[in-house]
Amino acid sequence: MSLDKPYKDVPGTTIFDADMSRLGYHLNQFCMSLMKAENRARFKANERAYLDEWPMSEEQKQAVLARDLNRCIALGGNIYFLAKIGATDGKSFQQMAGSMTGMTEEQYRDMMVSGGRSIEGNRYIGEKK
Amino acid sequence: MARISASVYTSHVPAVGAAIDLGKTAEPYWQPVFKGYEFSKQWLKDHKPDVIFLVYNDHANAFSLEMIPTFAIGTAAEFTPADEGWGPRPVPKVIGHPKLAAHIAQSVIQDDFDLTVVNKMDVDHGLTVPLSLMCGQPQAWPCPVIPFAVNVVQYPAPSGRRCYMLGKAIRKAIESYDEPLNVQIWGTGGMSHQLQGPRAGLINKEFDKAFLDRLIADPEGLSAMPHIDYVREAGSEGIELVMWLIARGAMSDVNGGKPPTVRHRFYHVPASNTAVGHLILENN
Repeated sequence: MSLDKPYKDVPGTTIFDADMSRLGYHLNQFCMSLMKAENRARFKANERAYLDEWPMSEEQKQAVLARDLNRCIALGGNIYFLAKIGATDGKSFQQMAGSMTGMTEEQYRDMMVSGGRSIEGNRYIGEKK
Repeated sequence: MARISASVYTSHVPAVGAAIDLGKTAEPYWQPVFKGYEFSKQWLKDHKPDVIFLVYNDHANAFSLEMIPTFAIGTAAEFTPADEGWGPRPVPKVIGHPKLAAHIAQSVIQDDFDLTVVNKMDVDHGLTVPLSLMCGQPQAWPCPVIPFAVNVVQYPAPSGRRCYMLGKAIRKAIESYDEPLNVQIWGTGGMSHQLQGPRAGLINKEFDKAFLDRLIADPEGLSAMPHIDYVREAGSEGIELVMWLIARGAMSDVNGGKPPTVRHRFYHVPASNTAVGHLILENN
């Protein structure tokens, strides 16, 4: 019997469950390595060479090099792990979150100051806004 | 015997920690957030506990994907603030209470909650930001703290019901401790927020306000809320709110006592990507 995953119909959202975690294990553990200052320096000096030390898929490596966080998440990345890449780049959590929404940094910040993204129209995939 | 005198609930947004550490609390963006905690800082001075039992979640700092404990109790003598990638926060190290923590672990595990016992771990903003919000920038935190980490990073987090029942078991454990300690239990995280995907930035004020109302008046009913309601209504990271139910389950009224006094309630949007909620409930 398959597991019930009622969160699959939440729009613009990927739930980091055990299946995603399995998919993203090495990607996330690479991110974890960036908690050490010497690893951040080595990564910044040669990103590709550093990524090649990890048994990640080529797709995952390309997503990291492109800083495409949506792609990273689709490939099993978790935002709290991916945040280590942002920290290495000197980005704030708000800049990282905003980068996934198709908005500019300023638009995203303004939306948050105005009360955030509305829940209306954002509960179910295909829901009328 | 030890007793639980009060519970405190607060968001633990990392940017709040950065605002404190970088001296930005008086800036127009941050001022309304910190104003909501002015009362709380004075209240904590006037009601200084002997120990804080602090429920929080680690954000891929102490725990990577190598080990994912659902409930982890910190039994060490001290805990170092983690380097989360931006360098460690310039805050005091956290002094634990190994004796009480070990007592709670033994009692709660025998009550069917299978805790992971952690004798060495760093603590991240999930634990240190609530301390900063409630204490400001002291040279040392006002009392020992028992860190209690809950997995809300890899789905599924424990259910609200499980958290609520665990709170009751923690209360029973604390009340069976021989020394007359005044213990506060804090539940942290939330409120509505989503940090990932095209839906990032989601805030649901109606959900948050109803959650605060029900946490005060109907925690039993609130504990039955399924995960999907948190995810859909409060955002993928809003599920952190289940941790508030651990603290609430440890209060007197849901264990045969009197209703608590709502000493303070505060709500503000935004702090970075997140809605900030805060409550202080005193036992009577």
